[in-house]
Amino acid sequence: MLLYMAQRIGLAVCVCLAVSLLAFLLLNASGDVAAAIAGEEATPEQLAAIRAELGLERPWLVRYAEWIGAALTGDFGNSLFFQRPVSELIFYRLPTTLTLASLAAVIMLSLAVPLGVLAALWPGSFVDRAALAIAVMGQAMPNFWFGLILLVVFSLMLGWAPASGSATLGHFVLPAIALGYYSTPPMMRLIRAGMIEALASDYVRTARAKGIGTGKVIFKHALRNAVIPVVSLLAVQFGNMLGGSVVIETVFGIQGLGYLAWESISRMDLPVVQAILLIVAVFYIALVLLSDMANAWLDPRIRIQ
Amino acid sequence: MSALDPTAPPPGEGAPKSDVLRRLRGNPTFVVGAFIFLLIFLMAIFAPLLAPYDPYSQSMSNRVVPPVWMERGSWDHVLGTDGLGRDYLSRIIYGARISLLIAIFTVITSGLIGTTLGVLSGYFGGKVDLVINFFIMTRLTLPVVMVALAVVALFGGSLTVVILVLGFLLWDRFAVVTRAATQQLRNQEYIQASRSLGFTTRQIIFRDVLPNILDRLAVIATFEMAQAILLEAALSFLGLGVQPPTPSWGLMVAEGRQFLLFDPWLIMIPGAAIVVLVMAINLAGDGLRDAMAPENRN
Repeated sequence: MLLYMAQRIGLAVCVCLAVSLLAFLLLNASGDVAAAIAGEEATPEQLAAIRAELGLERPWLVRYAEWIGAALTGDFGNSLFFQRPVSELIFYRLPTTLTLASLAAVIMLSLAVPLGVLAALWPGSFVDRAALAIAVMGQAMPNFWFGLILLVVFSLMLGWAPASGSATLGHFVLPAIALGYYSTPPMMRLIRAGMIEALASDYVRTARAKGIGTGKVIFKHALRNAVIPVVSLLAVQFGNMLGGSVVIETVFGIQGLGYLAWESISRMDLPVVQAILLIVAVFYIALVLLSDMANAWLDPRIRIQ
Repeated sequence: MSALDPTAPPPGEGAPKSDVLRRLRGNPTFVVGAFIFLLIFLMAIFAPLLAPYDPYSQSMSNRVVPPVWMERGSWDHVLGTDGLGRDYLSRIIYGARISLLIAIFTVITSGLIGTTLGVLSGYFGGKVDLVINFFIMTRLTLPVVMVALAVVALFGGSLTVVILVLGFLLWDRFAVVTRAATQQLRNQEYIQASRSLGFTTRQIIFRDVLPNILDRLAVIATFEMAQAILLEAALSFLGLGVQPPTPSWGLMVAEGRQFLLFDPWLIMIPGAAIVVLVMAINLAGDGLRDAMAPENRN
């Protein structure tokens, strides 16, 4: 187990470095960063000032090393627009996005688990078909559009939920539904497939033959074994929700990390964009790492590979 | 790190080709999906013949005319007009071109990248596999929407930039699936036979490996097309995709946003167009997958 953990952590660190390098190169690859920041009407003096301020005349490898070195200590430089430390901005916005993503994950699970289990218990039944319809819709609807529809119906027409902002938990409900629904279909399919497989397995048949009640067989024996891939998918989806929050936060005007990313991209505030890309990626890596650990603990067979 | 893939075909052998075709014809999911897709495809090709108006021509006296089924609607503009008085039906018809162009060229780009990496990784194994696996992991870690937004902001929102950025971001599933499929094939007897007969690696990959994973590639291609269409719509909606006045469905939703309260149909219609196209592609993909592995329909 220790060796397994060490390998995984080492790999995760390498991936983090690769992503940071990519994020850095990507945002510096556009040719003249200073011109992109200053806009088209900038004078040569303004461009020179920006280059000097950002230290753009030095080789990129040196700048990358400086950036990543500082980032390790939590210093991501200053935002060009806000003139404040990037870390402060992110620290202030991150809880909002984490709240949104957590609520979305709860909504996703509370849809996917019951529907997936019921669909697996009675394949081909009405529940199964309804679950399939929900999945097909969920995969075809653009989430910004679904969000706008929720906004029109539940905020503007019915007045049940606030339209924009992030002041109360109520503000998060509609955006979380929009964000969570989109991730529901893959999770539901996975649970359904896992449950069908588990229910057909020998140990479930044995448990049934021993006279154990149906409820106990489903929850204790079958669901428990179907849960292992679910943990992995949940980690991946939570990570994707953090990145995907950029769309939903813009629709609902939630002042989270995604909205900050969108604003900063529009304003060419590159230090903020770089930092957000890196932080979202690190979260993703950490989540996947945790799920790998959890799975190795749940299923000893994984450790021995 | 685990790469979960809901579209991965089941383990085991694919079905013979003729069987797949026969089953496809009898598969209602595939037939319905493919039929709708074909209709939209034809609509995109013959857009100039089908569109009643020029999708770019504005008319300040005809702004926000509602569609024909609503009060004040008229047959002059079946789906109404937008905030600049442009005919909505014509814009929807031309919008299909943008979505399909993006979908097709993105999938060609990402399919080439992903398949190359996946086949190399699966065929050679060892160090090659390690390195490519690392690429895949790194790619999975990048937040797609944010990276795409940033690239478009830096390089400008043209169709080419959107296609390239999506193509370079959506290859992961191709790589994961072809890698696994090639690993299975590598130890098959006929490939070992080819190898001992002295065929070059290149010949084996092009003649023995690729034809045998083609059906799986087709399934992933459908899912990635759907993905590309949704992403383009999201980018354009956020103002960092295809630029106005191009009739992109995502952009039309964004433009309709200011009329959200009184004329929600302005966002409903282009959104519904996206849903229909993506759903058709997904249904065709589901049907294709079932036809290839009927024993795994559950």
